[in-house]
Parts: sequence; structure tokens; C-alpha cells
Amino acid sequence: MTSGLLLQYVAAGLTYGAIYAVVGIGFNIVYNATGIINFAQGEFVMLGGMIAWTLHRLVPLPLAVVGAVLCTMAVGALVEMTFIRRLHKPSVLRMIVITIGVSILIREVALAAWGESVRALPYFTGSEVSAIEILGARVSPQVLWTLGTGAVIVAFLVVFFEYTRVGREMRACAQNRDAAALCGLPVRNLVTLSFVLSAGIGALAGCVVSPITYTSYGIGAGLAIKGFTVAILGGLGNSMAAVAAGAVVGLLESFSVVLLPTAFKDTVSLTVLLTILVLRPAGLFGSREAARLKAF
Amino acid sequence: MRHALTALAAAFALAAPAAAQEPVKVGALLAVTGGASFLGAPEARTLEMLVEELNAQGGLAGRKVQLIVKDTGASPEKAVSFARQLIEEEKVFAIIGPSTSGETMAVKNLAEESKTLLLSCAAAEVIVNPVARWVFKTPQKDSQVAIRIFQQMRKMGIARIGVLSSNTGFGKAGKEQLAKLAPEHGIQILVDEVYDKAATDLTAEVTKLKAAGVQAIVNWSIEPAQSIVIKNARQIGMKVPIFQSHGFANIQYVKAAGEAAEGVIFPAGRLVVADVLPDSHPQKKLLEAYKKGYEARFKEDVSTFGGHAYDALLLLRKGVEQGGLDREKVRAAVENLKGVVGTAGIFNLSPTDHNGLDLDAVEMLTVKNGRFAVLGQ
Repeated sequence: MTSGLLLQYVAAGLTYGAIYAVVGIGFNIVYNATGIINFAQGEFVMLGGMIAWTLHRLVPLPLAVVGAVLCTMAVGALVEMTFIRRLHKPSVLRMIVITIGVSILIREVALAAWGESVRALPYFTGSEVSAIEILGARVSPQVLWTLGTGAVIVAFLVVFFEYTRVGREMRACAQNRDAAALCGLPVRNLVTLSFVLSAGIGALAGCVVSPITYTSYGIGAGLAIKGFTVAILGGLGNSMAAVAAGAVVGLLESFSVVLLPTAFKDTVSLTVLLTILVLRPAGLFGSREAARLKAF
Repeated sequence: MRHALTALAAAFALAAPAAAQEPVKVGALLAVTGGASFLGAPEARTLEMLVEELNAQGGLAGRKVQLIVKDTGASPEKAVSFARQLIEEEKVFAIIGPSTSGETMAVKNLAEESKTLLLSCAAAEVIVNPVARWVFKTPQKDSQVAIRIFQQMRKMGIARIGVLSSNTGFGKAGKEQLAKLAPEHGIQILVDEVYDKAATDLTAEVTKLKAAGVQAIVNWSIEPAQSIVIKNARQIGMKVPIFQSHGFANIQYVKAAGEAAEGVIFPAGRLVVADVLPDSHPQKKLLEAYKKGYEARFKEDVSTFGGHAYDALLLLRKGVEQGGLDREKVRAAVENLKGVVGTAGIFNLSPTDHNGLDLDAVEMLTVKNGRFAVLGQ
């Protein structure tokens, strides 16, 4: 294999990884605040792409993206306040059932609103055929946008959870809700905020991957599975780890194509996921002790 | 008083047959949502429009038609359970659909056992080969499509190709036809890969084709992956011709692929190029009328898939015109229809050919400036 081809596979792997990671990060926020997985995260991604597509017919692209993020954040808040806020000490199982229900609800509403057509935002820079040549490999500029967006989101989240008061309060809320409430933290508002944030980040991810993957009402579930995979693989709650895990899964899938029929691509990534979860239940980068304390 | 009673009785006598005239139930198994919604949605809309028109003209054999559409979401399991429901509970006269080949194969036996006319809107050759008594299909066969692709390749001097297909019934059937027919056309398939129907990016797959040094790519699928393939191939700098199956004949795929779709070659029925056909073409009038009616009503571009449902209802109508509402007579009538001008071509059915279209029904098309055009015109 020539080095150009080798790098082309690397580029393909990073493309997959970037898509998975940027979706996977969204899972971490709700998890960090509540200790649960929000299975409607994929639908937030879908809503972001769809709303941005609709707005883009009226306003320029950057405004459409901002608008989509804000709208989806409102949906996130609405979801939390309607279905989750009033629950007293919801069990993990109950939250899973609720969020799966919400995801189906959002999907059906999107089907009614937009129909079954597949849509795409225009490429942020360049077009469907343009590519940037890096060391002999050709990469679509949208992949760089996706990687860049992922990096910005991760940086924001690290600062937010480590260094801001609200971020630390959210983590406290996840570790022990009662203790956090006793300390006077507005636990319920923090949980709402976590849904708002993850909806916003999901929507942003949905916008930036839309030119590559296309957007339709049903795309959320598929993206969420891969995003969930890398979130788990990296170690839940850790956004930087999700990016690294995204790269690992993406590269594995890409290089599996070289050796195996492409039909085995997903098998390879799932096999790796299962193996790692058996050997390291806390994920690649998560700590064992921390994992034992968490609900998942 | 007696007169009044007589009049009343007469009124009842007149009214009675009308009240007893229950509508003819026609079932439709269509993938309105899900991965094959590109097929099922225009099919459902087409039927909705045509059945309204048909009822306005008096329906089938003087009885109104009641259309019962079941959304299978392209799932063979759902198709089977809906087919049971249509056959056993609704007791439908005939079923139009399913939209996809995998689903059709799953319900084929049900139609045979219950002696229910099944007019499939799916492409795979296996649906009608070997012939099943009660099963017909309206789209061109995938073998004919594959032959037209290979003929075109020979013209262009292409001998070594790469094949991509999705893991659906449609993709699998197409892949098999390509593999079977390639040797006799002097074409060598260097790489033959299957991808997931929900694939979001296929850069690694096309890189594999690039590494093998193929002279052309053939992609066989119905999902949005059709657009993703051509985009990714162009992005990594592959300049070879890209061929698609007849699954590409929906302008939405062209829009989704944007610039990358330019020059893609694919075989399909003439519906999508109705406006550029010469006036003398036998299909011209019908195609333009359907296109105009559909586009005015649903505010979206017509696609060949809706046309397959159009043809299915057309065959049923012609069959009922000859055989009344007797199932066996209608089946025999449909089986012997000759020279029926439909959207996919001119149907000449026979007991050994339950499709009735020949190679001429398939036109080689391409994309020029974001629109469909006849190749070489």
C-alpha cells in the first residue's frame, strides 16, 4: 500500500471518528449532571440539522446554525421540564425508559413536520467535490469543520465542568443529589440546564455533520448508537476521552475495510467495544474506582 | 296508499343494490417511512391521487375503490404481518407493493397461498423468475438494468470495475446480477463490497476501489448512500465514471449530492426525462400527464418509483376491465395483457413473463447541470 493510500484510510477513519465523537460528547453532559444516559441525544442531533435546514431557506447559514442550536436548546428544556423535572428520585431504569420514549416522540413529530425526505445543509466551505490535500490524502473541508467543532466543544466543556461554579455544581449534583440539595444547590435547575446544554451541543453536532451524513427524521438513532459507543468506550462523562475513542473506533472501521469485506465494518467496532468493556468496564480512559461509584 | 307503498318498494329496490355495493378493497404495502421512503412515499401519494381519479370515473367494474395503505417501513417482517392483515382481515381484492425486493420475497408465498394478486413495485429479477402464478412486478428487471450498464461500459471501453451495494434485498439482488452477467460482457469485477444501508460516510470503501485501480464504479442501492458514494469518490480525487442502478432515478439524490452528481450514468425508465422525449414517443403523453398531475398536487418532483405504483394500478385496472371482479379471471387477464403503455415502458405480459418489459424500457440517463438528461443527447 502506498503512503498516499494509507493516509487516505487514516483520513477516512478520522472522518468517521469525528462524526462519532461530536455526537458522543453530548451524552456526557446529561450524564455528568444526572448520572443517566439520555437516549434522546440522537434526536437532538437530528433536530439541529433539520431546524438549521429549514432556517437556512430564510437566513444565512451561520444564523441558521445559531437559530437551530437555540431552538433545540428550548426543546431540551421543554423535554426535561415536562417529563423529568417532577419525578422524585427517578431510578436509572425509569429514566432510560423515559428518554427512549422521548426519542420516539421527537422522531415522530419530526416525521410529521418535515416528512421522510433526506436533506442536507450546504458544505460550510467548498462544495460536495472539494477536498484539501494533506500529505497525499484528500479530506473534505467539512471533516475539518467537524473536527474543529468537536475540539471547541471539548475545550468549552472541560473549562465549564472543571473551572466554573455552575459546572462543578452540576457534577456535585450527579455524585449525590441529596447532598447537593442539602448544600443548597438548585438541583432541579441544574438538571434542566444539563439537558439544555446537551441539546445545544447535539444540535451543533447535527449541523456540522449534516453536509456529510445528510439529515432525515430517522437519522438520530443510528448516529446515537455510534456516539454512545464512543462515549462508553472513552469512559462516560469524559469528553476528551470520547474524542480519543471516536478516533480509535473510526480508524479501526476504516482499516478493517482494507483487510475484510466492508460488510464487517460495524462488526469490528462492536467487537472491540465488547472486548474493552469486558477488560476495562470503565472505558479506555475512565478510572475503575470512579466507575464503581456511578449508577452505570 | 298502495301507490305510495309500491313507490317506496321501488325506491328500496333501486337503493338496495347501491347500498350492497361495497367498495373494492385494494391493499398497498409501501415503505412510506424508513430507509426506502424514497420509494414508498411517492408510491403512496401516486396511488392516493390515482384512486381518487379512478373513483371519480366510476371505480373498478362500477364499484368504488377503497385503498388501504400500510406503511411497512421497508421491514420484511412488518410487510408479512401487514400482508396477513390485508389478506385475512380486510380480504382485499389485490395488493400493490411491496416497495422493496426483500419485502416482496417475504410476502410472495402469502399471495400464492391466498390467491391474492400481488403487483410488486420492486425491481429484483427473483420476484418473477421463477414465475409465481399470482405475483407480478412493474419495474424493469435488475438483469435488464445490469445488461444496459455493461453495454454502456463496453461502448466506453471499460473492462475493470468495482461494485458497491447496500445490505438490502435490492442491493443483494443487483450485486448478484452484476456478478452473473459480467463475464459474458467481458467485464471484470475487481472489488465487490457491501455496505450498511444506514452508512453515513463511505470514504474507506471508495478508497479500496481506488487502490484496486478500477476503471469505473457501479453502486447499487436505494438509500441516501447513493449520494454519499459519489461525493466521497470525488472528494478523494477519483475521476472514473460512476454508474448507479435505476434506484438513482429520484432527483432528490441528485440534489443531495450536488456538484458530485454531475456525469453520473444510470439506467432508468423515461418518466424523469418526460419533458425531453420526442412527441412521437408512445409514452410521452402518459408520462407528461402523470408528471403534471403529481407535481401540481404534491409540490415535489415526480420519480420513477411513484411510476411503478402507477403501472401496478394500471395493470390491475386493465385486468378488471377484462375479467370483472373474479380473482382468477383478472389474474389470467393481467397475465396476457399486451401493449399496455405505462410509465416504465410498454408492458407485454405472458404466462412466462410476469413483468412484460424488454430492454428498450430502460434508457441510459445522466445528470447534466443538476437535472436528468438522456445520455448522449
